[in-house]
Amino acid sequence: MLAYIIRRLFYAIPILIGVNLLTFLLFFVVNSPDDMAVSQLGQKYVTPEGIQAWKRKNGYDLPLFFNPEAPGSDALTETIFFTKSVRLFAFDFGRSESGRDITTDVSTRMWPSLAVALPTFVVGIWVNICVALMVVMFHATRLDRWAVFVFVALMSISYLFYIIGGQYLVAKTWKLVPISGFHGEIQPWKFLLLPVLVGVIAGIGAGARWYCTLFLEEANQDYVRTARAKGASEIRILFRHILPNALIPILTGVVVVIPSLFMGGLLIESFFGIPGLGSYMLDAINAQDFAIVRAMVFIGSILYIVGLILTDISYTWADPRLRLS
Amino acid sequence: MKPLLLWSDALIYLLVISLCLFFLRLRRDPQTREHWRQVFSTRIGMVTMTLILVYVGIALLDSLHFRRALDPVAGSPDGEVFYDGKVSSVLDVMLGGMGERFERTYSAPFALDSFEKQDMQDEAGQTYRDFPPLKHAGQHLEQPEHRWRDVLTRSASALLWGLLLAALVIAPQWLLLRRSPYPWSASWVTQAVVICLAVWLVSISRYYHVLGTDLGGADVAYQSIKGIRTGVLLGTLATLIMLPIAVTLGVMAGYFKGWVDDVVQYLYTTLSSIPGILLIAASVLLFQVYIDLNPDFFSVGLQKADARFLALCFILGVTSWSSLCRLIRAETLKISQLGYVQAAHAFGVSHRRILTRHILPNVTHIILITFVLDFSALVLAEAVLSYIGVGIDPTMASWGNMINGARAELSREPVVWWTLSGAFFFMFVLVLAANLFSDLVRDAFDPRTAKLAKGSAAA
Repeated sequence: MLAYIIRRLFYAIPILIGVNLLTFLLFFVVNSPDDMAVSQLGQKYVTPEGIQAWKRKNGYDLPLFFNPEAPGSDALTETIFFTKSVRLFAFDFGRSESGRDITTDVSTRMWPSLAVALPTFVVGIWVNICVALMVVMFHATRLDRWAVFVFVALMSISYLFYIIGGQYLVAKTWKLVPISGFHGEIQPWKFLLLPVLVGVIAGIGAGARWYCTLFLEEANQDYVRTARAKGASEIRILFRHILPNALIPILTGVVVVIPSLFMGGLLIESFFGIPGLGSYMLDAINAQDFAIVRAMVFIGSILYIVGLILTDISYTWADPRLRLS
Repeated sequence: MKPLLLWSDALIYLLVISLCLFFLRLRRDPQTREHWRQVFSTRIGMVTMTLILVYVGIALLDSLHFRRALDPVAGSPDGEVFYDGKVSSVLDVMLGGMGERFERTYSAPFALDSFEKQDMQDEAGQTYRDFPPLKHAGQHLEQPEHRWRDVLTRSASALLWGLLLAALVIAPQWLLLRRSPYPWSASWVTQAVVICLAVWLVSISRYYHVLGTDLGGADVAYQSIKGIRTGVLLGTLATLIMLPIAVTLGVMAGYFKGWVDDVVQYLYTTLSSIPGILLIAASVLLFQVYIDLNPDFFSVGLQKADARFLALCFILGVTSWSSLCRLIRAETLKISQLGYVQAAHAFGVSHRRILTRHILPNVTHIILITFVLDFSALVLAEAVLSYIGVGIDPTMASWGNMINGARAELSREPVVWWTLSGAFFFMFVLVLAANLFSDLVRDAFDPRTAKLAKGSAAA
């Protein structure tokens, strides 16, 4: 097991290098630092001296890959590629274009993100599975057909409408919770309730339908018919036979997103004013702060790869027949 | 009048033609025909297909652009004609100038007065503050109290005209298709409803703003209809760009195995491990920088917006091929183990021929399913991307831009609900139709769910 995990971690390295190269290409070769300086400085300050000053201030005045002027091994390290991209591997994200330390920002901002994303995730899965099991119980009846239609209709509504509608109804009309905002100490649940609720409801359409297909696939298997023939109750069939067997595909879809919960949700955080990583990214995109975007791309990729490894580990827990080697 | 061909216009017509050819080719295959029969023998299949075709038709009409010739200016050298900087489309003409009736700012649906008070002067020159009357609503009314009666009579006559037109459209279809085994009646009902609605909307819009006006005073109904082209185009073009990459790489990886497989797998794992939205945002931002630095490439403002739109399609396509590629690779791996491929190898058939004759036709169902499934997802994604600020150019009509501009309106007092409702309605109908249709297509074409559907039907 341990050997397997270590080997998987080694496999991750070429992927991370690929991610790194790709972002480097996107940010420094397609668009030269001069272009970035022009768009960052604004029309008034675009002079050759202004561009040089901006590049020096943000450390973009080095050559891309190879610095012939620097002595010895510094020829490779005194370059944009090394200072901006390779350092990410040491989790040294440097400073944002506005001068703030990205590492500190990320480590303080990931907790509010998690506070919203984790409850949404857990409650969402629970609700989706319950709804799906209920629909499977009424399979091939009129109720089932209508339920599927409702799921598709729910899926067809843009996420933005769920948020706007939820804020309007719950926070503005009924005045149950504040419209937006976040406070870590004073009644945090009050600020978290609505985002979590909106997140769960918005996910029901796609989620419950997906679980329904998984369960139905299992429900048509022979072992279910055998169990029914032997007189097992429908409840027992659902929970003891179908649910454990549908666990592998469920884990495939679910476990991989767990580490990414740290990243939070872009939309939900910006609408509800939660100071998490999602709104951090959104602000960076709007301010065209490429240093932050680059760091977040790297963090996101790491979390995704961790998710893949966790998925494999969870398989062995769900299905004792599987061995990792 | 001077026709103007935007790049996206050319692409959408090319796309429609190639899709038609693709379907004609598919028709030759009896198994595919059987699948399609299964899709269209349901009433939902007919209704959703009709709705999708209506949307596509509107998008196509909206893709025929031209610039109006301006009246010759006195004193200008003769023979020289100047063209309007504003680009119109055939759809604009058909809507009867709906988009040219601007107000000052918000107004409610069917309202006669503006939504916000304004300083005005009465005949005596006194300044007072009240709701100013709208410029393009209820001008024909002698007494404002008769508004609703007027709306009702006009609606009734519009409805009659709509029914007449619907009868004209449906009668030839009925004559041709009444013996057809498919449930055409469902499609006819949909057509009748759509035609009646369209006639009603166009005729009432001459006298009122059916869905009110937005912050800039533009007609919301018109904005929502203009959003159709953007949604449909984005949903199809992005998939179209993604398909060749995904299919080529997937088939090659599954067929040649070895190092080709390793490289392709490495590529898609790397790409899918980058958070999609960040990759898209970064690419769009970089492209925006490029456009800003080269402003003289584009002669009309719309062309700049169009360039950004195409770039967005391209970026969405290039960043989203990994999941389809994975599916096609797995299917190709399976197929290339089968007897007939082995036999083809033994007979010395070339790789290229095996790929095109034996492998590609057998993965088309995956391509088809992905195409319809992705369509609705892309329409929804457009709204989100526009909200983040990396979507369609703000000058281009799209549902995402409408929602983005209107997101604070519900917190106003009194509530401005019509902008969001307009975008919601038009988007919801398209996405719902596409989702229901894609369900049917998947049930018919996917061997796994097809078995499932048959099993449940037997039970």
